[in-house]
Amino acid sequence: MAGTQKDPVLVVLQLSGGNDYLNTVIPYNNPLYRDNRPTVGIPDDQILHLDNNYGFHPAMAPLKKIWDEGKLAIMHGVGYANSPRSHFRSMDIWHTCEPDKVGTEGWLGRVAREFDPRKENVITTVSFGPSLFRALSVQGVPVACVAGPLERYGFLPTIQEQTQRLKVLDRFARMYSPMVGSGVMEYLGTTGLDSLKGADILKVAPQKYASTVKYPDTPIARKLRGVAQVHLADLGSRIFYCDHGSFDTHASQNPGHGNLWTAVSEGLDAFMTDLQQHDHADNVIVLLFSEFGRRVHDNGSGTDHGAAGPVFVLGEKVKGGHYGDYPSLKAEDLVQGDLNPNMDFRGVYSTILEKWLKLDPKPIVGGTFEQPAFLN
Amino acid sequence: MAYQDDIALMSHLMRRAGFGAGRDELEARVAKGYEATVEELLHPETQPPVDAYTLMRYQPAALLPGGQPPMGNVNWMFYLVNTKRPLEEKIALFWHHVFATGNAKVDNYDQLLEQIKLFRDMGMGNYRDLMVELAKNPSMIFWLDNNENHGNAVNENWGRELLELFSMGVGNYTEKDVREASRAFTGWTFETKIPRLPYGRFPWKFEYRPEDHDDGEKEFLGHRGRFNGEDIINIIVQQPACARFVARHLYNFFVADEPQVPAWSIEAPRDPQAIDVLATTFRQSNYDIRSVLRVMFNADFFKNARFQHMKSPAEVVVGTLRLVGNYEIPRPGYGELSMQPSYMGQDLLNPPSVEGWHTGKEWINSGSLMARINFVAELIGDPSLPGVRAIINRLKAKGTLSPEQLVDGCLDLLGPVEVGAETRQELLDQAKEWGPISWDGETKAQTADQRVGEMLQLIVATREYQFA
Repeated sequence: MAGTQKDPVLVVLQLSGGNDYLNTVIPYNNPLYRDNRPTVGIPDDQILHLDNNYGFHPAMAPLKKIWDEGKLAIMHGVGYANSPRSHFRSMDIWHTCEPDKVGTEGWLGRVAREFDPRKENVITTVSFGPSLFRALSVQGVPVACVAGPLERYGFLPTIQEQTQRLKVLDRFARMYSPMVGSGVMEYLGTTGLDSLKGADILKVAPQKYASTVKYPDTPIARKLRGVAQVHLADLGSRIFYCDHGSFDTHASQNPGHGNLWTAVSEGLDAFMTDLQQHDHADNVIVLLFSEFGRRVHDNGSGTDHGAAGPVFVLGEKVKGGHYGDYPSLKAEDLVQGDLNPNMDFRGVYSTILEKWLKLDPKPIVGGTFEQPAFLN
Repeated sequence: MAYQDDIALMSHLMRRAGFGAGRDELEARVAKGYEATVEELLHPETQPPVDAYTLMRYQPAALLPGGQPPMGNVNWMFYLVNTKRPLEEKIALFWHHVFATGNAKVDNYDQLLEQIKLFRDMGMGNYRDLMVELAKNPSMIFWLDNNENHGNAVNENWGRELLELFSMGVGNYTEKDVREASRAFTGWTFETKIPRLPYGRFPWKFEYRPEDHDDGEKEFLGHRGRFNGEDIINIIVQQPACARFVARHLYNFFVADEPQVPAWSIEAPRDPQAIDVLATTFRQSNYDIRSVLRVMFNADFFKNARFQHMKSPAEVVVGTLRLVGNYEIPRPGYGELSMQPSYMGQDLLNPPSVEGWHTGKEWINSGSLMARINFVAELIGDPSLPGVRAIINRLKAKGTLSPEQLVDGCLDLLGPVEVGAETRQELLDQAKEWGPISWDGETKAQTADQRVGEMLQLIVATREYQFA
């Protein structure tokens, strides 16, 4: 069914490349942290203390503020068994919930299919950026993929003159009107018209948007602003997806990693403020994840691929705090030199699915997993 | 209209055996003749190779891309856009579809590019020989875990996919055959890899370890013997199922869209006779791919299959870049360009699994359709690009154009492209709104250029244009 203003909304911000757990949520009182990070360890006086054990990377001050407001949940040691530590394969696993075989359906594509089985709202799912995220992919489920700026979303964006554009798009719609008989042509027709309809609906979003919030001039902030514009326009979109990267900090991790988190933190801060100012924040949560964490010991310039990582969920209705256990840094507890995951990522998804989106998680994630209790 | 028919047919051949051709090239090829052109395509060695030095000069990281995206894609895109041996690249793409090996696991673009080179070098030769080289290809061994296939602990991954996806297809062998084939390939591995750090990736080399090989008696597809890997391949290629499977793959890639491969054991080919012809040629030529291609490109079933093939993202991108020109040199920005097929759903060198990509209508979804149309439209609507200017000049040579002449002229020079009656009427209605187009004088000429650009954009936005 079509969404209403108060239907729960999920925003996913994918940190692409493998975000370094140890320098994001820093176990600053653990001497093993300092021992293992001779080059990339964050100096003590820069760490933003959350409590007596953990602190944030200095670039994450805006997220610290959200933490202090009790609206940021940190899930510790998230991953799955036997990580291949390969970007693409690992990301596929997070997207399809299939660690042991190759999955082709995205978990959020399944969610969209549940929300809108009859495709009444072709912009139920909106992604920002040119990539076709597998998490959103299910045969027949439309995704509005906003590759460039939202203002220019649509077919043939280079035809900009307004009257000409309207004419051309009108032409396009007529050329795509369904034909009887030929399966493929009809499928092309429906797909084209869905996208056209989606673009038509989405174009009001930047037009309706009025805000005093100043977003930073970064790609991720621009995408988040796009999300805000669509959400604030009450168009019934329920799932938003975007990514930032690359967090694959094999070398020159400082200051690179810090720059990435500055962009993400400032972007999220502006985004949350924007929603709050428009009284549209209550039904939104933001999920931040990465395909894996990074190795405990640095490599002299950065860090290599690891396993367990942190997952953040933020929002007005989120019960802020730590969930799960920070994996042990002791050498005997590591797996291939990496932090051993102790929370299955599908459990985090399950909490979101059951407690927030009000869906049965089992068919979507493929099983029953322990759900960290960061939502009521 | 015989000449026009020749042009249309040649255009079809070039779209399928290559990535399309502009009007100048089509005219030259028609002058040479259809069969002669097929021969030229089948013998890439008669044409100069791609100038790899230019690639290295602009994009040195494309030499040994290692794990670095998008440098592997940059390397291959450069070949695809610049090749004077289009069928060589097309056949490499074909085998990459069938023997799908992905960087997601291999994590080594150097090695994957070696595999693509193998497909270029041997892709039109003997299928049996190609299979033996494939079985020794380190990327493939690693991808399908044959390095974990030991005499005392058999791993069936390669053995299974060899039968299921690379040679015969489901329903033509038993589980026992899978096991026996896997046993035969024990010991087919690669030399211990030199660790990556700190100097980067080293080449992988095939190694046969006889001490790890299960030398025992095996029973495979009704034959008995102490088979090794090559023996298995020799038995496979003799099977009628192998000939049919390879034939159907070639048909699906070069002639017309079949259902997805998993359905092949249930759904019959759309043209069983065509498959028979190709399979027979395969067997009678002693598994010579070139012979099969020759028969295929010269067959009526091929010539009559115009626009029965949904372009793959690679064909959309490469076809457009070759048509508009200007992208021969791998200048800065080539990385982004090389990623375009992945935005349309085809990440070259990184298929989603060993099953490869789902082709035909499954290339199309709401995200990819917009990506395809917008990519092509942006380039084709730019009169400053040499290929677009060439189209405009040919139209201009006709003098003032009526709406019909504009529409039909553009449809002709973009292909020729065939569109349905309703589509053509819409294009005509648009042209009629503009009135006659003329290049008389500077202002009119500018408008004329613009109108042609817009008409071209409309055409590439049609449903029909998604097909080759």
